[in-house]
Amino acid sequence: MSRVLVPCHVKGSVALQVGDVRTSQGRPGVLVIDVTFPSVAPFELQEITFKNYYTAFLSIRVRQYTSAHTPAKWVTCLRDYCLMPDPHSEEGAQEYVSLFKHQMLCDMARISELRLILRQPSPLWLSFTVEELQIYQQGPKSPSVTFPKWLSHPVPCEQPALLREQGLPDPSRVSSEVQQMWALTEMIRASHTSARIGRFDVDGCYDLNLLSYT
Amino acid sequence: MLQEESDLSLIIAQIVQKLKGSNLYSQLERQAWASLQRPEIKLESLKEDIKEFFKISGWEKKLQNAVYSELSVFPLPSHPAAPPEHLKEPLVYMRKAQGSWEKRILKSLNSMCTELSIPLARKRPVGEQKELLNKWNEMGTDEPDLSLFRPVYAPKDFLEVLINLRNPNYENGDSLSFRTHLGLIQVPLKVKDIPELGALGRSASNKVINKKQNMGPRKQDPNQREGEFPRNDSKEKFQDKGCTTGLKHNNPRLEQEKECFVELGLNIGQLGIDDSTQVPPELFENEHVRIGQKVLAEQDSAAAQQYIRQGSPTALRAELWALILNISSQPEDVLYYEQLKTNVIQHDLLVDSLIYKDVKLTASNDDYYFVFEDYLYQVLLCFSRDTSVLSHFAFNSASPPKSYIRGKLGLEEYAVFYPPNGVIPFHGFSMYVAPLCFLYHEPSKLYQIFREMYVRFFFRLHSISSHPSGIVSLCLLFETLLQTYLPQLFYHLREIGAQPLRISFKWMVRAFSGYLATDQLLLLWDRILGYNSLEILAVLAAAVFAFRAVNLMEVTSLAAAEAVLADLSTLKVMPLLQIFLFATVT
Repeated sequence: MSRVLVPCHVKGSVALQVGDVRTSQGRPGVLVIDVTFPSVAPFELQEITFKNYYTAFLSIRVRQYTSAHTPAKWVTCLRDYCLMPDPHSEEGAQEYVSLFKHQMLCDMARISELRLILRQPSPLWLSFTVEELQIYQQGPKSPSVTFPKWLSHPVPCEQPALLREQGLPDPSRVSSEVQQMWALTEMIRASHTSARIGRFDVDGCYDLNLLSYT
Repeated sequence: MLQEESDLSLIIAQIVQKLKGSNLYSQLERQAWASLQRPEIKLESLKEDIKEFFKISGWEKKLQNAVYSELSVFPLPSHPAAPPEHLKEPLVYMRKAQGSWEKRILKSLNSMCTELSIPLARKRPVGEQKELLNKWNEMGTDEPDLSLFRPVYAPKDFLEVLINLRNPNYENGDSLSFRTHLGLIQVPLKVKDIPELGALGRSASNKVINKKQNMGPRKQDPNQREGEFPRNDSKEKFQDKGCTTGLKHNNPRLEQEKECFVELGLNIGQLGIDDSTQVPPELFENEHVRIGQKVLAEQDSAAAQQYIRQGSPTALRAELWALILNISSQPEDVLYYEQLKTNVIQHDLLVDSLIYKDVKLTASNDDYYFVFEDYLYQVLLCFSRDTSVLSHFAFNSASPPKSYIRGKLGLEEYAVFYPPNGVIPFHGFSMYVAPLCFLYHEPSKLYQIFREMYVRFFFRLHSISSHPSGIVSLCLLFETLLQTYLPQLFYHLREIGAQPLRISFKWMVRAFSGYLATDQLLLLWDRILGYNSLEILAVLAAAVFAFRAVNLMEVTSLAAAEAVLADLSTLKVMPLLQIFLFATVT
């Protein structure tokens, strides 16, 4: 199933804290990231991909139009999805993650806005977020092509008998043999191996400068 | 559900792609063509008949072993959006640390090169080539002047780099709190605790076996097998070897510990304990040897890996290791080794002098290994020329050093790797090969085994990565085990300025080679192969400290602590591991 990237505008993350006091030891453990789609009509969400950066749990809420006349409502489609099995350690901290439509709690049709709620309960990390966020919707199904007329209405066969009389080989046999050869070459071309040849020098020469740092 | 299926087909596609380039693929094709002559192969049921033929003739087993080998070595395919560096090492700060460490090594090598005015590589003149060819089997008698060479780095330099490893996103406050690491390693990697170390054995084998069972029929050519893997019954056979019923109903903590490296349990027979002279052989040893011979007859890699967790009889060890590592000495492999030998003779590398120096400093001075000096040169010099090692850099956080042909700086067509295999040896590198010389006498087989061991295990011991078998995780595991189970000892050693990792680091980097007696070392390496992980090195290091705890509590300086732990040659590995894992319950 093809997918199409939906251009989105990711707003800056907002930390949720209790009260106004910001002490040096307290760090917000909850961040909210809003994602809007300014130039796109409500669409069906297929996939979300992102790179994690020390977020432990992810919840997602979407603003969805249920029917034509009611205003859009916020629905939770993912609740406390675990990205880091142990929030105090590095496991899963910088992984690439994909979330699909079938993993969501609700149907993902007619989405107009997205809200990611990130949680990191461990006080060990200085900051946490998700990066490289990309939203995909379902791509168009393969378009129906109108075939040119000569493909759908082939011309009736010309007379092959003429050729046989001239001592030339049977064209259908030749064509089938050519087809087989073509299939073989396609097969060989398709199955390229990744095996190395094993030469480390360039044309027999291995005189080197110093090692390069880049 | 959908995700798992697509993951599985991705894994299958990846393995098929890898195997397509291999020798086994062309052999299978040839066998399939040849089998068409056989009377039982009928055109109507061609696919099924050929599959049946493969099953009977043992070719299916070979393919099975090859697939198992791929699964054990290569990591799972990663997320499509992940760049290749992510597969090498997911954590950005570790990649950076590895990059700057490599830069230091390159600078050091370059400066050695310019100081001594020796080229990195040169073509040998014909006379010299002839001379080397004649002396090939006795390169140890050569006494070149190596006084000006020095090893590029030693394990303790690497330890300093690891000590300074910091995650920029981690709270490294000055005030002591629950988050302060008391040991030397300051990165918060996830390491296992003793209860989990047990589950390691069981879950690792289960994961692979389940994966293989789920691999249904493949789409493409008839050479590929389908269906069942008769492995489960052999696995059952080995796991039921101990009497495990008695302790199951006790308290849950003990039961968790029973999961511990389950095959190393107190009530399961082990080679290294139950084959000592006081124990009559009928109790365990004879049966174990018999099963080992059966496993070898079956030529099944996965069964061999499961079997070797209880140790390998000396007579069967060489073949068992070759089976687990999926090494079979084909004529093509001997030819490949000869090709490498020719490369050694034609080109002289600076790295060769480093290898010479290392062998002279370490293996030649060792009571057990000095006899194998010539073998070591033959293996290590060829290893440096082997470009097939470059493929392991896809999942190694390290990268091979690059250089350009003289006069063609910056032109990509003239870019090459140096050394050809991308691995710069450090002080003690030859000790990875030395113990293998006891098992294999034929140079090309010895070479293949060493190469496979290196790309599966040893590379992790000298590169910075977050992998659970990487040296950083091993160090953290060691320190955590010591702090958790021997807190008094840990505190005491820390107070006298003798951080335990400073002593045990060199053991782990060399996988205990040169520190333990050879028979004990080989029993330890049996378990590394059996569990496909290096974590047992950290457990053994902690067990050694636990064993000598009484003496260590009395020392008052780092030097004295080093003296207590200087000689490990009398230690018996398996009892130590069992005591530490099972008998030290708090």
